[in-house]
Amino acid sequence: MTQWSGYFGLIVQGAIVTIELTLMGSVLALIMAFLAGLGRLSRLFLLRALATAYIEFFRGTSIFVQLFFAYFVLPLIGLELTPLQAGVLALGLNVGAYAAEVVRGAVQSIGREQHEACIALNLGRWQGLRHVILPQAFLVMLPTFGNNAIELLKATSVVSLISLADLTFQAQVVRAQTGNTMVPFATILVIYFILALLISWGVRSLERRMARGLDGVRV
Amino acid sequence: MSTPIIKVDAISKSFGAFKVLDGLSMQVMPREKLALIGPSGSGKTTILRILMTLERIDGGHIQIEGEQLYHMERNGQLLPADERHLARMRQKIGMVFQLFNLFPHKSVIDNVTLAPMLTKGTPRAAAEKRAMELLDMVGMADKAKAMPAQLSGGQKQRVAIARALALQPKIMLFDEVTSALDPELVEEVLNVLWRLCAETDMTMLLVTHEMGFAHDFADRVLFFDRGRIVEEGKPDEIFRHPKQERTQGFLKKIIAAGHRV
Repeated sequence: MTQWSGYFGLIVQGAIVTIELTLMGSVLALIMAFLAGLGRLSRLFLLRALATAYIEFFRGTSIFVQLFFAYFVLPLIGLELTPLQAGVLALGLNVGAYAAEVVRGAVQSIGREQHEACIALNLGRWQGLRHVILPQAFLVMLPTFGNNAIELLKATSVVSLISLADLTFQAQVVRAQTGNTMVPFATILVIYFILALLISWGVRSLERRMARGLDGVRV
Repeated sequence: MSTPIIKVDAISKSFGAFKVLDGLSMQVMPREKLALIGPSGSGKTTILRILMTLERIDGGHIQIEGEQLYHMERNGQLLPADERHLARMRQKIGMVFQLFNLFPHKSVIDNVTLAPMLTKGTPRAAAEKRAMELLDMVGMADKAKAMPAQLSGGQKQRVAIARALALQPKIMLFDEVTSALDPELVEEVLNVLWRLCAETDMTMLLVTHEMGFAHDFADRVLFFDRGRIVEEGKPDEIFRHPKQERTQGFLKKIIAAGHRV
């Protein structure tokens, strides 16, 4: 029994790294999603082209390869990253590309009549976006953002391949040291699942709070 | 004779192969109340949307208070208007839509205060005071804190009118503002229009299917068909003694459909 409690400490440390990665990766993903999603809707060709290139590239290549590139190739051109930095960068950019399409789709789902009301009230393009379109579009984005965050959480396990001591990494350590495969992997399976449930629950309650009084906008 | 507040000169507009407006010209005098009637697809809504800069014109010119709407004068040349010019011109014009187009995520009072605060920099307190006056005028002061989803169609439309008024436009465009309402709610919106007519000196352009209201309310009625003004005149002339065959045909259909003239 005492033996397992020591190993449990390792798993907890791993869980903390996984949560850190998920939080920081999500923040980066959210920033990239809005930059690229709104970029795709820009009137400026250059911004549209940049946003499209980013989205297509990061959706079209494997997260493994992106991570390995960030950790092993970037140092060759003088950009040394810690495993955590490389992990956050790869996860944030990868999931951000998917979420950018969510932002674009949600903004476009807001009816033309809302844009026309903005023009009739003489709001500038940015004012209309900021005060009228985005607050409504955000509600449309939320459920899919929840999915994206869960995808990101699950993708964090790839960082164990660049020796970052996340949940998956620690499970392998425990397995190597104890020779037991069932217990460590069953444990982290449950922990991943609980973390995903927490994300679902958090997003749903945020959605409920924001949707108050808003029948008719919800899609 | 004073100068027209709106001068539309030979404008044309097509959607694809469909010519909605075909060399249309018209003038509106300050404080005039105009009713635009005609079959659907005749271009009457399009001309309002063009005046609100929601659609661009393919040809022709429009002047608002003697100033070009879609063009800017630079060194004696007329250039296409940029966004800044359009924004300045839009200050003179307000519009109320058939489907209200309220902001569903904002309360009634926030719907009314948003544009003055953002576009004119009106402080919140002043904007709210003015909004309450306007909501009071349209009979919606007691719903200031409500969300649009809690209101009936007629109430939404009255809020939409207050919202457009908050920017103090000189010209108000009403695009079939009662068409989406249940019959018993039409009256409350029309009453607000009467009040505006009595208490303000705005120029009002009204696209409507309420022929009885158009008759009583308008100084002048324009009958549109196929992108042109076929006939115009005082309400009595148009509704009682239409000269053009197409006007007669249209009014006959409307009356057959049970509308009061």
